[in-house]
Amino acid sequence: MFAFKRSIISLRSPLSRGLATTTEKPSLIKKFKIYRWSPDKPSEKPHLQEYQVDLNDCGPMILDAIIKIKNEQDPTLTFRRSCREGICGSCAMNIGGRNTLACLCRIDRDVKKDTKIYPLPHMFVVRDLVPDLTHFYKQYKSIQPYLQRDSIPEDGKENLQSVEDRKKLDGLYECILCACCSTSCPSYWWNQQEYLGPAVLMQAYRWLIDSRDQAGRVRREMLENSMSMYRCHTILNCTRTCPKGLNPGKAIAEVKKQLAFA
Amino acid sequence: MLSTRLGLGLLKPSNKFLTLKSQQIISKRFINQVTTTHEREQEILTQQRKNRPSSPHLTIYQPQLTWYVSSLHRVTGVLLAGAFYGVTVAYAAGDLFNLGIDSNSIASYFQSLSTPTQYAIKATAAFPFFLHAANGVRHLIWDAGKELTMKGVYRTGYSVLAFTAVIGTFYTFF
Repeated sequence: MFAFKRSIISLRSPLSRGLATTTEKPSLIKKFKIYRWSPDKPSEKPHLQEYQVDLNDCGPMILDAIIKIKNEQDPTLTFRRSCREGICGSCAMNIGGRNTLACLCRIDRDVKKDTKIYPLPHMFVVRDLVPDLTHFYKQYKSIQPYLQRDSIPEDGKENLQSVEDRKKLDGLYECILCACCSTSCPSYWWNQQEYLGPAVLMQAYRWLIDSRDQAGRVRREMLENSMSMYRCHTILNCTRTCPKGLNPGKAIAEVKKQLAFA
Repeated sequence: MLSTRLGLGLLKPSNKFLTLKSQQIISKRFINQVTTTHEREQEILTQQRKNRPSSPHLTIYQPQLTWYVSSLHRVTGVLLAGAFYGVTVAYAAGDLFNLGIDSNSIASYFQSLSTPTQYAIKATAAFPFFLHAANGVRHLIWDAGKELTMKGVYRTGYSVLAFTAVIGTFYTFF
């Protein structure tokens, strides 16, 4: 509370007034309730901590708000962030009940409503908003996300691809593996150990339809069991939540079709 | 002289008194170093992993048409299957032990119930049945790879709900 007051005072200090070029706006205080848990105090149960931020003294995105909180109010607040423009996927978290990237999510300026921020759902929490993604990355590795060929290219240099074949990869290769979709999927919540989840399955599809890849048969065989892919029940939370506007649900349906008819 | 201008000049070693003071502050406030070995590091990690809580999920996730309809589909499926097996077993048992359970006795029992109870029973049968059936068709469309866009998901989802509301109401009252 003390730190918060101090930040308001500093707003009105002579220095900030001297630097300000716009007219001063009245403060617009928004409440953020953020999930907290620290491994240093394992006996303390996870809880929501409230912070107040003046939206007229803050950037437009959720990431701006939590960076501001960390800078000015509570340096112990822990979260991942890097690029602040939706290309690294670090700041994936559950904001206002849905998974998205904090850097691409605008702050709701309705100050009557609190904004609740949780880590990605049903993941082990390393600390505060940082989930343990080790298993998620292992699953990605398990689908062998790289080009596999038996033959060398005809000219000995490049594996060429037609424009049409390249187009098939659009909407798939843009995935940044932020894990928003996988952790929005109830099937993934209940069967995380065996079910690969939408993000990884979409990448499996990305390699299955790459005209240059020759390991399609092996790739399909890896998915041919009850758990790896068929735990997908077309709930489509994945497509609903993807911060990059991709469609993992459609990709999984296409893999299912390939397995059924190929 | 950038450092001086930014106020970092205080940290320069030339200023003995301030250096001492700022170092103390730094060591107190910002640096928290612990020397450790690789093995010890692994031990700490294992210890932490044992304690890690699982982040909240079902209770905090935003209500969305996608997973609400999906869970309704699952629940109604279980209920309908249970009712189907229940009725089948009841018929078989009635036949085996001469309990007098047959279509005629069930129909006359139903007629003897009060009108609101009749409507309630019909509604609990009609709404889950038509929801499950219509959503089943929606799933078949999806399995063919169609209507798998956000627009399609919501269009078909609301269609299923509207269909269930209309047909369910019809079979409840007529």
